[in-house]
Amino acid sequence: MWGYLIRRLGESLLILLGISLVTFALLYLVPADPARQIAGRSATAETVANIRAQLGLDQPFYVQYFRYLGNLLYGDLGRSYLQRTEVSELIAARMPATLLLMLAAIVVELIMGLTIGAIAAIRRNSALDHSLMVFSFVTISAPQFVVGILLLYVFAVQLQWFPIGGYGTFSHLVLPAITIGLLGTGWYSRMMRSSMIDVLAQDYVRTARAKGLGRLRILVRHVAPNAILPIIAMIGIDIGLFMSGIVVVESVFGWPGIGQLAWQAIQRVDIPIIMGVTLVSACFIVLGNLLADLVAPLVDPRIKLK
Amino acid sequence: MSAAAEISGREASRPVLTVKGLTIQVATPEGAKIVVEDLGFTLNHGETLCLAGESGSGKSMTALAIMGLLPKPMARIASGSITLADGTELTGRSERAMRKIRAQRISMIFQEPMSSLNPVMTIGKQLEEVLLEHGMCSRSEAPARALDLLRDVQLTEAEKRLAQYPHELSGGMRQRVMIAIALACNPEILIADEPTTALDVTVQAEVLELIRALQREHGTTVLMITHDMGVVAEMADRVVVMRNGKQEEAAPVRELFAAPKTAYARELLAAVPRIGAAPTRPELERTRHTVDVEDLCVRFPMRGGLLNRVNARLHAVEGVNFRIAPGETLALVGESGCGKSTIGKAMLSLVPYEGSIRIEGQQMAGLSPHALKPIRRNVQMIFQDPGASLDARMTVGKQVAEPLVVHGLASGSELQDRVEWLFRRVGLPADHIDRFPHEFSGGQRQRICIARALALRPKAIVADESVSALDVSVQARVLELLRELQEEEGLAYLFISHDMAVIDQVADRVAVMNLGQIVESGSRDQVLRDPQHAYTRRLLSAVPFPDPTRQRPPVIAREGPVGSPVRPLDDPAPRFPLAEVAPGHWVAGDAA
Repeated sequence: MWGYLIRRLGESLLILLGISLVTFALLYLVPADPARQIAGRSATAETVANIRAQLGLDQPFYVQYFRYLGNLLYGDLGRSYLQRTEVSELIAARMPATLLLMLAAIVVELIMGLTIGAIAAIRRNSALDHSLMVFSFVTISAPQFVVGILLLYVFAVQLQWFPIGGYGTFSHLVLPAITIGLLGTGWYSRMMRSSMIDVLAQDYVRTARAKGLGRLRILVRHVAPNAILPIIAMIGIDIGLFMSGIVVVESVFGWPGIGQLAWQAIQRVDIPIIMGVTLVSACFIVLGNLLADLVAPLVDPRIKLK
Repeated sequence: MSAAAEISGREASRPVLTVKGLTIQVATPEGAKIVVEDLGFTLNHGETLCLAGESGSGKSMTALAIMGLLPKPMARIASGSITLADGTELTGRSERAMRKIRAQRISMIFQEPMSSLNPVMTIGKQLEEVLLEHGMCSRSEAPARALDLLRDVQLTEAEKRLAQYPHELSGGMRQRVMIAIALACNPEILIADEPTTALDVTVQAEVLELIRALQREHGTTVLMITHDMGVVAEMADRVVVMRNGKQEEAAPVRELFAAPKTAYARELLAAVPRIGAAPTRPELERTRHTVDVEDLCVRFPMRGGLLNRVNARLHAVEGVNFRIAPGETLALVGESGCGKSTIGKAMLSLVPYEGSIRIEGQQMAGLSPHALKPIRRNVQMIFQDPGASLDARMTVGKQVAEPLVVHGLASGSELQDRVEWLFRRVGLPADHIDRFPHEFSGGQRQRICIARALALRPKAIVADESVSALDVSVQARVLELLRELQEEEGLAYLFISHDMAVIDQVADRVAVMNLGQIVESGSRDQVLRDPQHAYTRRLLSAVPFPDPTRQRPPVIAREGPVGSPVRPLDDPAPRFPLAEVAPGHWVAGDAA
């Protein structure tokens, strides 16, 4: 168990290193010039060159990259070009909002996705099944900014049930959580449906019926625990999906999380912030997957960690 | 007094289940199909009635109908009645009403003990569940009751089993757990649907013995469903022979075996392979060998630890030697997990191995895939499940042609001719080549697999349980085809099987395997008629006789612990050297 954990953590570090290299290289290749952004449009070429030298942007790629990695070892993500504050502080300040949104979205998508999937599987090939699957297909394919704006228009502008944007109370959380959760709902309902259908046809479900158990008990004790097994691994992968969603959704709803921070930084080519947010998101994804793999043997006794 | 009168006189006392005019319909894309038609029988208290028949005879559907477990909405009872002793009608009962019948009055165990238990629930919980559902005991008494039940089915280390999960138990142990669950509420009737078909012959004998013992103890009536006439002879008081959903013949077991009245029952019984019934095979000239295997070892690495390094090995095959002459059949026999299938795979270079495998004098070991390709065509394989070893989305003609195309041996009209010839050769009409696998029966599919194996004109064929999935009558015809092909082409067969009676029919020589090693080998008569090794004797003692007048003595107990093929890296498997006890008859001694 401990050997497995240490090996997986080592692997995770390697993955993060790879991600940092790729992201850094991509940002290095971006045609926009951060020094020009900082100096402003009216600045002279000399000022821009000075700023560039000051930030070390005139150094070759590998020098810049290894300096970044060196600082990273000390937990230093660098300073924002424009706000002149530590990136780690900026991210830390916005983390609670993003974590709250993530948790809420996962709750929404698991509850809705698993329920819809289970109902569709039990009523397989009925009109209800078909409409639920159409619904899940729509939620998978609809872009999140469209869903977000649509929800804002209906529930905030027209019905005025929820605030238009911002952060602070539970009602602020509802619309962004649903916007992100709907995408996951589509995925989970489809997976849960096929998994349930698979399990319903298993011999041990027939055994449960032969025991004279009731329908509900069979579903709750025998079908659901088995149907959920393949989905657990998906929750880890889902965090990646979530991280790509928050950049858009936080901006649409004015949610002060790291997605919004990234959105603003991208517009201003604030490279240290983009790097920081990317690495933090990558950490989430890697840890989420690790967590899912660690939870798997707790629910499925056949899985042994080696 | 005849046997029939004797049985009816003793059993006429009390019918516990009466089936009358039972007709079951299954909805298919082509419309409703009748799978059981106008079936009637009575189950008397304390007896064992066998529903015997080949696949598609409707025997399992009948059992599911009694339990109210027919797959909905495809299958339904169209007409007929199923009544219990007290007049309770089971057809047309609601699911809720049926729940009171299941487990309390009728229980069922199934063919696949591997998949019939919930994999994420402990054995204890699965037992307690049925007790609590039917109010057999209070929640606090349940664990103790569950333990008693496990002891009743003679499960070893019963306390430990309660907390274990199904995957930690062997097939035989799981079937014991299933029986414990089925008998938890003391039902009047136990339906056993092919309860031992998936088990090794020694385990089968133990499970059948257990069912008989529990039946005596509890007075349970057993309705047993089986295709195996050996099991019928061993278990049944009376037999209902079914075919295509209809009752073909119903008779007390001795009467049926002594004098079957219908042609079908005669045919069925005649097709049953019997040990000792096969004629002596002609002596072969062994001047050269098609297959020459020397010191074959297959070891699978087991990984673990911090760096996921190999820390143990599974010794699947350990130091195996054998030779097969042209036209000869060597049968490999042993219980599941003994390594017999792995040898077959190694012969086709499908698993990495050490040692030497020569086919027609050509060394296969250590060759690159490129160098191996032309030699490979000399060995072909026929697998157990003809349905799974054919591609469902490819016409059968293309599948038979594929090896020829891959090896660049034929194309165009020549290929067409060759495939048609192969189809005729295995007894299939040549105009069937454009059909898909689902349009054929199991036996026909196995013929297609044989045609595919023959396409490259191999010198040796590995037949891995090739007839095990087939009905006896089909099995007999496929074995006949294999024998014909062998005589004509001088093929060397490595015939892998767990079925002693089939081996008795086809083998020239027999090698018995245990834990990856050959423990006894010799001519068929030497090994099967005069077994010397304790393991061979034990295997043979478990084979049911398809003759109800002969009582099979109890299975010889296993000597010592089961043993494990998994060993640490620094612990080589002990080799058991073979000693010649008679010309050509080799028996393993103690570890060297």
